[in-house]
Amino acid sequence: MKKSRLVMVGNGMAGVRTIEELLKVAPDLYDITVFGAESHPNYNRILLSPVLAGEQTLDEIVLNSWDWYKDNHITLHAGKKVVEVDRVKRIVRADDGTEVEYDRLLMCTGSNPFILPVPGKDLKGVIAYRDIADTNEMIETATKYRKAVVIGGGLLGLEAANGLMRRGMEVSVVHVMPTLMERQLDSVAGKLLQQSLEERGLKFLMGAQTQELVGGGGEDGKRVTAIKFKDGTELATDLVVMAVGIRPNTTLAESMRLHCNKGIVVNDTMQTITDARIYSVGECAAHRGIAYGLVAPLFEQAKVAANHLAQFGIGRYQGSLTSTKLKVTGIDLFSAGEFQGGEGTEEIVMSDPFGGVYKKLVLKDDKLVGACLYGDTVDGSWYFKLLRDGRSIADIRDKLMFGESNIGDAGHEGHNKAASMPDDAEVCGCNGVKKGTICKAIKEKGLFTLDEVRKHTKASASCGSCTGLVEQILMFTAGGDYSATPKTKAMCGCTDQGHQAVREAIVANKYLTIDSVYKAMGWKTPNGCASCRPAVNYYLISSWPKEAKDDPQSRFINERSHANIQKDGTYSVIPRMWGGETTADELRRIANAVDKYKIPTVKVTGGQRIDLLGVKKEDLQAVWKDIGMPSGHAYAKALRTVKTCVGSEWCRMGTQDSTQMGKDLERAMWRMYAPHKVKFAVSGCPRNCAEAGIKDVGIIGVDSGWEMHIAGNGGIKTEVAHFLVKLKTAEEVLEYTGAFCELYRQEGWYLERTVHYVNRVGLDYVKKRILEDHAGRKALWERLQFALDGEPDPWFDFGSASVDTRQFDKLSA
Amino acid sequence: MSDWKKICFVSDIPVLGSRRVARAVGMDVAVFRNDQDEVFALLDRCPHKGGPLSQGIVFGTSVACPLHNWTIGLNDGCARAPDEGCTQKFSVKVVAGEVHLNSTELATLALDVKAPVAGPAHKEV
Repeated sequence: MKKSRLVMVGNGMAGVRTIEELLKVAPDLYDITVFGAESHPNYNRILLSPVLAGEQTLDEIVLNSWDWYKDNHITLHAGKKVVEVDRVKRIVRADDGTEVEYDRLLMCTGSNPFILPVPGKDLKGVIAYRDIADTNEMIETATKYRKAVVIGGGLLGLEAANGLMRRGMEVSVVHVMPTLMERQLDSVAGKLLQQSLEERGLKFLMGAQTQELVGGGGEDGKRVTAIKFKDGTELATDLVVMAVGIRPNTTLAESMRLHCNKGIVVNDTMQTITDARIYSVGECAAHRGIAYGLVAPLFEQAKVAANHLAQFGIGRYQGSLTSTKLKVTGIDLFSAGEFQGGEGTEEIVMSDPFGGVYKKLVLKDDKLVGACLYGDTVDGSWYFKLLRDGRSIADIRDKLMFGESNIGDAGHEGHNKAASMPDDAEVCGCNGVKKGTICKAIKEKGLFTLDEVRKHTKASASCGSCTGLVEQILMFTAGGDYSATPKTKAMCGCTDQGHQAVREAIVANKYLTIDSVYKAMGWKTPNGCASCRPAVNYYLISSWPKEAKDDPQSRFINERSHANIQKDGTYSVIPRMWGGETTADELRRIANAVDKYKIPTVKVTGGQRIDLLGVKKEDLQAVWKDIGMPSGHAYAKALRTVKTCVGSEWCRMGTQDSTQMGKDLERAMWRMYAPHKVKFAVSGCPRNCAEAGIKDVGIIGVDSGWEMHIAGNGGIKTEVAHFLVKLKTAEEVLEYTGAFCELYRQEGWYLERTVHYVNRVGLDYVKKRILEDHAGRKALWERLQFALDGEPDPWFDFGSASVDTRQFDKLSA
Repeated sequence: MSDWKKICFVSDIPVLGSRRVARAVGMDVAVFRNDQDEVFALLDRCPHKGGPLSQGIVFGTSVACPLHNWTIGLNDGCARAPDEGCTQKFSVKVVAGEVHLNSTELATLALDVKAPVAGPAHKEV
């Protein structure tokens, strides 16, 4: 069968990204032809500023080499400008007469710099700042001339000015508004920025309106010599860079009679609304009235367009929230959302002009709607996440300004500012990845997203505690606006659906099998992958207990074999000891099993259990049987241990019988599968020897009853549990704990610990559901009891626990 | 000379699952079955850190290693990019629902590849 023909007009970042995405999902669907007006392969336009500043070279910012086009059988016409498209015959014509027919056309014509319509705009030495040619001209000019004027005090203008200054020129920035970057910064931050740039040697003319550019210079008298303002003053200069904004380039589109309005108008599938064969992505495309000029939204568009070009037809682009970061080395600023504030908003401001730090957070209806940070942007990505998620911040309002404190994060020597780390400092303590390695991979492989960095370097791919650092490194290495990720994060590469949508669909439509979910929700793969299948399996069995059937082949190995796999392929066995109490008889049975099966290591765990390490898979069933104790579920996303102190039975300080409480909790809730592991602790007095403050549920006995704390965590990042409620009786402790666990089981995303679940929905929400809604709490507790009633012990009841015992036996050859 | 040895029935392998096959010499071979009832055989050792691939989650024509989640192709035993490395693959013949492996391959391929060690034994090495 003859392949369809895809022609792309424009060889920029958004377009080529679309092709890359397309090749990933449908490598052989199209014969692809690309026209690019510039005589370069696709390069990273965002990094022109570091090139201008002499921090990187042109070669370093090329994203797709000539070989890439060749290897992927793409016909590239570089340096040829498309001048005509015949939509009836479906033919593209370039300025040199080249003609190519298309079945699908992708318009990626990008944008043009806006040139002020003033006399003298066509003089020599008057340029825009847009592409490699402009950059080269600036670099060239800096070697021959001294004075430069940049018109425009926005992001691009300041980067140009900084670069020219770094190249040794005397630079003045002319800006029509009273403060810099007024679209990204409020006036306080704008002035701080101006001050800091002045200290570096830039000059500023604020509120200055350009009237005319004066010629008469150079050998032919055609070079600019000065800029004249409306108030009559003049400034001598050898170079004028206009950086006053960009306009979508729609000249070709208009000549094709495609509907344009502030860009080529496209729908949510990135198809032009005029002609369904024609797609448009990038700076030239106007989606819901917005033409984006930042790279991350364009990449989202690319993904959607590729999905449709590949004939999957399930992605939709629904707009992006964007954030801004200035790429001037040494200056940290960040803004996102409605940072200007305004009617109906509140502001939290921290200002330390002397220390060069300014932070403004804008709130509306208990939600973060904007942020403007200067000098300390460590928490930029956290604020951006809060903003995007739109979650209520009422419960963290008092701490909001101080950011998502990194203090206590383990694994990277307490670093929290990536910029100040040396190249040989270890960023990812799990996989031993150094900062230099990450920077190198980002530059050489052209990485833009956290996921890509994870795949290529393994940094932040294990425990994730260094994610913030890696994001920072990405921000200043790849430049700009890496972080404008989609509002809903897809579960994995098999689908565009997020966790929430999948779970809601399972509940609403009563899906009972993984297959039915995949079919109904348009999965791109026949049987998912190792990420989505365990998640969907969990959502099914937690949403429809007793009805949905557990699929052991969709469980991670530990939950399939009911033991923890070790690095050599053997397993560990941790029997359940209720509340951490054991007997001589149990210990004797354990000791005998250790001897009989030659188990090499016996260790006491942090959760007050005994761990037998190095058990061969073939021996697992026999070890369970010989020990004769219930499964400890130490291998499962389930209730693991209830750690207890001795309590009032023995302890002279004890106020409550914590051991009994712990045993009761454990007997009531063991076998409880959850989105992630769940740990409880019960202490008999406020001395809290059971460390209840860092558990998913921590119960602390006081003289008059029990305090209940939730969503603590002792792992990667030590998080102290939140106090939830004070209770009088043991029955209440069971009911409230069970209700909270069931809420988490129903609403937590797979692999989301309680700490992250509560951070996502807010403590106030949990209080509403558990403390204020009495009937709802009782219903949750009853539902959990219903789900757990008759649940089998997987170490003994293989049939009803869906344990495939064939796995334990080896076949022989 | 190549003769084929019957190992088991296809139905002895769980759908989207695997079984381990012990050899006279050398590490085990893992036989996998996908949802199309195709059967694949690889040395039961991830090219990354030696994890037992037989214990991984099978999807499409891949298996995810249970230790560090590398994705290994069942057809060729090779890690999916950007990870690199391959494990030994073995020929499989399915006749009338019976899974056969090649005796010569079983007796000769990847005999010197060592299993990973852990625990006290690890320190003695």
